[in-house]
Amino acid sequence: MNGSIASRRPEPRTTPLLAVSDLSTVFDTDAGEVRAVDGVSFSVGSGETLGIVGESGCGKSVTSLSIMRLVPEPGRILDTGSIVFRGRDLLALAPESMRAVRGNDIAMIFQEPMTSLNPVHTVGRQIAESIRVHRGASRKVAWNQAVEMLRLVGIPAPERRAMDYPHQLSGGQRQRVMIAIALSCDPDLLIADEPTTALDVTIQAQILDLLSGLRQRLGMAMILVTHDLGIVAEVCDRVAVMYAGRIVEEGPVADLFDDPRHPYTQGLLRAIPRVDEAAGTLDPIPGQVPDPAHWPRGCRFNPRCRHAWDRCGRHEPGLLDVAWGRRSRCWLEQEPERRRSGYGVDTRDAPPTGPRIRGAS
Amino acid sequence: MGEPLAGGGTRPGGDGRTIVETSGHAIRTPVIAASAVLPGLGHVIEGRRAQGLLLMAAWIATLAIALKSWQRIVAIPGTGSADDWLAILTLAAMLVGTCMAGTAGLVRGQRRAAGSSRFASEWRRFRRSRTAMAGLGVIVVLYALMLLTPLIAPFGPAERVGDLVRVRLLPPSAAHWLGTDRLGRDVLSRILYGARISLTIGFIATAISISVGTTLGAVAGYAGGRIDALLMRFTDLVLAFPRLILLIMIVALFGQSVVVIVLVLGLTQWPSTTRIVRGDVLSLREREFIQAARALGFRPARVLFCHIIPNVLGPVIVAATLGVGNTIVLEAGLSFLGLGPPPPTPTWGAMVEGGRDIMISSWWVATFPGLAIVIVVLAFNLAGDGLRDALDPRLR
Repeated sequence: MNGSIASRRPEPRTTPLLAVSDLSTVFDTDAGEVRAVDGVSFSVGSGETLGIVGESGCGKSVTSLSIMRLVPEPGRILDTGSIVFRGRDLLALAPESMRAVRGNDIAMIFQEPMTSLNPVHTVGRQIAESIRVHRGASRKVAWNQAVEMLRLVGIPAPERRAMDYPHQLSGGQRQRVMIAIALSCDPDLLIADEPTTALDVTIQAQILDLLSGLRQRLGMAMILVTHDLGIVAEVCDRVAVMYAGRIVEEGPVADLFDDPRHPYTQGLLRAIPRVDEAAGTLDPIPGQVPDPAHWPRGCRFNPRCRHAWDRCGRHEPGLLDVAWGRRSRCWLEQEPERRRSGYGVDTRDAPPTGPRIRGAS
Repeated sequence: MGEPLAGGGTRPGGDGRTIVETSGHAIRTPVIAASAVLPGLGHVIEGRRAQGLLLMAAWIATLAIALKSWQRIVAIPGTGSADDWLAILTLAAMLVGTCMAGTAGLVRGQRRAAGSSRFASEWRRFRRSRTAMAGLGVIVVLYALMLLTPLIAPFGPAERVGDLVRVRLLPPSAAHWLGTDRLGRDVLSRILYGARISLTIGFIATAISISVGTTLGAVAGYAGGRIDALLMRFTDLVLAFPRLILLIMIVALFGQSVVVIVLVLGLTQWPSTTRIVRGDVLSLREREFIQAARALGFRPARVLFCHIIPNVLGPVIVAATLGVGNTIVLEAGLSFLGLGPPPPTPTWGAMVEGGRDIMISSWWVATFPGLAIVIVVLAFNLAGDGLRDALDPRLR
């Protein structure tokens, strides 16, 4: 990693809440060692919302599971990296101490609200269980708090709903319950892994409003993992764009959307349909994310990049500083004259942070 | 299922028929009072005839037993054994239970029937199968009879009913419904007392095997890796061992007490449960709600016992129900071979054996205990099949 964590805006006065550096997660498979996440570094300040975006298979979910140390078998996190949360390296914690962090300090919301709740317990009991385990509350206190949590996430008649089983709730309500469970122990950091992907568009908007509202009220930080740039634009303070196990571009949301630097980010933004433009064909990025067992030599995006030249196929660029708090993993930052015209994102007429539309990525 | 109506009105009932709900206490109070005297009357008045008639039958049968055995009941406080007290308690529970079902069922039953927990929907599905309900009914009646045996059995289990020369091998008659055996003992009484041995052994042995099997299977499936391999090879080993020969060996070594037989039956039955549970746990382990439970920082033991095992209980209950039938057959087989509880303990297997060589001349001695085995095992298998259908997620 060449980029330094220090050059970021807004300049963190104190140490960040979470600092991930050089995180690599590999899976030992029959096809050899697969590096799903390869040398990823980022940090999240207190109360800040970081978006992690990218196509399927780029390592977003594995990154968030790595922070929780819940990478499924046969994956393992290489011990060259570190995940420092409030001054403690989570990778060095004993399993018992790590369990005390999960759910209590760092909570997680999963993609599928349909399958993320245990079908045999009432939702109230599932919320109360976390409170009882982490806070040592009595059954009655925990139940009352569970009802309050249901009220907080906007479920009507929470006293009655708490006694419902998951199959009696709609998808949106289940995701609200998931949020209630995640927030029940007042975590400092919430990791939301594609929290709205499985929901209807109208419900998506409600859940997002709820999430960002609660985030502000409770003052917690959030990592939002998504493939939907529209969601990022609406909710996040900063974005990290991931491609093929690496962060390829990082910066404040407004800057990054105004002036995307990395060809991959530009491609993602061009692939979104916009209501403020005449209907035309979308401009998808050609090709697919390469197989994690065989990342391309040099820059990992070069087989799909319209600007690529011979240097890109030989050497991989580091995260190069672009501007205040912005970095891009692209040789174009050193040789801007090679940028081929006509492939940038024209952002002068209309800001892409306009009406939120689901990304087509 | 709709919400219960506040006032009167008509709505479809749980079993598809229409229930007329009478409203207001003025009308309902006499109905409920009548139900307290004759449970089931209220149900019949309100249109639930099948339930009402069943309740009435249960109430009348219980009363009949109580009146018939009144003299024995009165004698128990002075001389009774634990069995006798258990019988009285059962009788009392049946009286109170029928009465409560008759009245409480009217006051609250509607709301209960519309319950929406998973259990309620599975119960509804179970009730749809007539054979399963018949099986369950037979099981309930059998366990009630078993507990009431000291009160209802006409004779003692080893009691010779008269002079041996005159009472041996009597055919079925009004005095001896199922005849007498070669030692002049009443076959019906012995079958009733034998039911306690068979059903108790079946129940306890299955409880042991289900507990062991579920725990081992869940641990193997959840831990995976070397622990899984070790436990499953051990399971294969137990499964590969011829069970009857193992049973004969252990009984020969440790003697023929009921405790030894229960333990041996229980500790050789678990491998099938282990395999079922392990398979289910393997797939559950990858489900998102288990990952979510781990993301909440729960200990592996909590994830396993509070989140995974409740999800495999369906197949386990089915295996248990079928297992009771299996165990009863096996116990009868052991007794038939002379390896069951020692005589004169009445066991069905030993009774069949006792009538084996006189099948032609005195058919009732072996036939009725054999029929008892068939009916009990059939009841458990029917109920088990019904449960499997009710709990099968693919049929939802």
